[in-house]
Amino acid sequence: MKEKILYALGALAALLLARNIRVMLTGLPDEAFQGAIFRIIFFHVPAAFTCFLCFFIALIASISYLKSGKMQWDSLAVSATEVGLAFGAANLVSGMIWARIIWGIWWTWDWRLTSMLVCWLLYAGYLVLRRAVEEPAQRARLSAVLSILSFAVVPFVFFSIKWFRTQHPQPVLYGEGKMDAAYRAMLYGNWVPLLMLAAVLVMIRIGQENRRRELDALRREVHAF
Amino acid sequence: MLFLRQAWTIAAKDLRSEFRTKEALNASLSFALVILLLFSFAFDPTAEMTREISGGLLWLVFAFAGALLLNRSFARELENDCLDVLVVSPVPAAALFLGKALANYVLLLGIEAVCLPVFGVFYNVSWAGQPGWLALVVLLATWGITVIGTMFSALTVNLRLRELMLPMLVYPVLIPCLMAAMQLTTPLIAGQPPSGDQLAWVRMLVGFDIIFTALSVTLVETVLIG
Repeated sequence: MKEKILYALGALAALLLARNIRVMLTGLPDEAFQGAIFRIIFFHVPAAFTCFLCFFIALIASISYLKSGKMQWDSLAVSATEVGLAFGAANLVSGMIWARIIWGIWWTWDWRLTSMLVCWLLYAGYLVLRRAVEEPAQRARLSAVLSILSFAVVPFVFFSIKWFRTQHPQPVLYGEGKMDAAYRAMLYGNWVPLLMLAAVLVMIRIGQENRRRELDALRREVHAF
Repeated sequence: MLFLRQAWTIAAKDLRSEFRTKEALNASLSFALVILLLFSFAFDPTAEMTREISGGLLWLVFAFAGALLLNRSFARELENDCLDVLVVSPVPAAALFLGKALANYVLLLGIEAVCLPVFGVFYNVSWAGQPGWLALVVLLATWGITVIGTMFSALTVNLRLRELMLPMLVYPVLIPCLMAAMQLTTPLIAGQPPSGDQLAWVRMLVGFDIIFTALSVTLVETVLIG
């Protein structure tokens, strides 16, 4: 039953995504200065939103684990972090493709790019730490602490951007930049299927994580005899 | 009051045992000097360039030497199960953490006090132009390195790949702190006091220190005891 809902949600996300891509390609005009490539923003920006939403969920799950000691929270934390990393990678890669076309280079040490990379590395460290700890309760505890510390660094990393001159296009959703209403609607509109996709992925990972824990417990039982 | 006395006892114990063996101190100091030497091959040390990147070089040396030193902080207690004894002793985990951080702070500042003049001699930079500001930046940023390093030393103490895990986890977290220190140190070495914009970096260092000291003191009990 639960799996069916997941598949339905995934199918709905795929449909919405297909519809959005059709509108993007046929319904929206090219941007005046950037031409066709600007459409990457409809994936680039929602991917970043989804990434940080996932990290935030991982933070809440980590705090909840430390408070309650329930392994379910640990499963949610690791699942959300992994999916967040995937969307973070999508954000970085789509940004690089855009930069190659518009700036003529794949990468520049602009602070917005660097901050995203630092955050990505921070959370990649979380996954590496998990691999180094054998005992499940200890693993959950240490990685929960690391998740909290990592999230506390994120604002520091990002506020430092403001004090550097930046090559990145100025934020268009808030501040001085302006974005056409149709573009803006598409940007948020495309966030919906990406969020649904993230939710499906997280749920599948939680299921895997729970099954793996059961397997580990059974294996221990066998070894105990 | 009792809390502070307990932290002080731990710090004094750590410093005493370190000064008896000097194992971490010697290793870390010679490592710092080796890196200072290696940098001279990476670029032309007499060029004007030195002045532009001196802040960055200096803090990289401190960060590398610091990781080496801080790695030993909790790991040295593993022999003879000292860590277990410390954890079950009446000293709360937060006091244990603060004491160890304090001892590491003193050691790291000592290493920096040696490296700074050596750096000045080797690379022909004068670091005495703004001694007050430089001292403030060094004190603030070193506390940032120490508090993060000590926390991660506690976090990784029981892991198989401890020596590998610590630097991998510590450096990304330290980036804002190191960045602020580098941004502030370069003009200070050139003899200019921080201008309006750069005071924001000082504020960020203070904020970083306060937030991560508070977080570490709160979370260290979870890490060590569970």
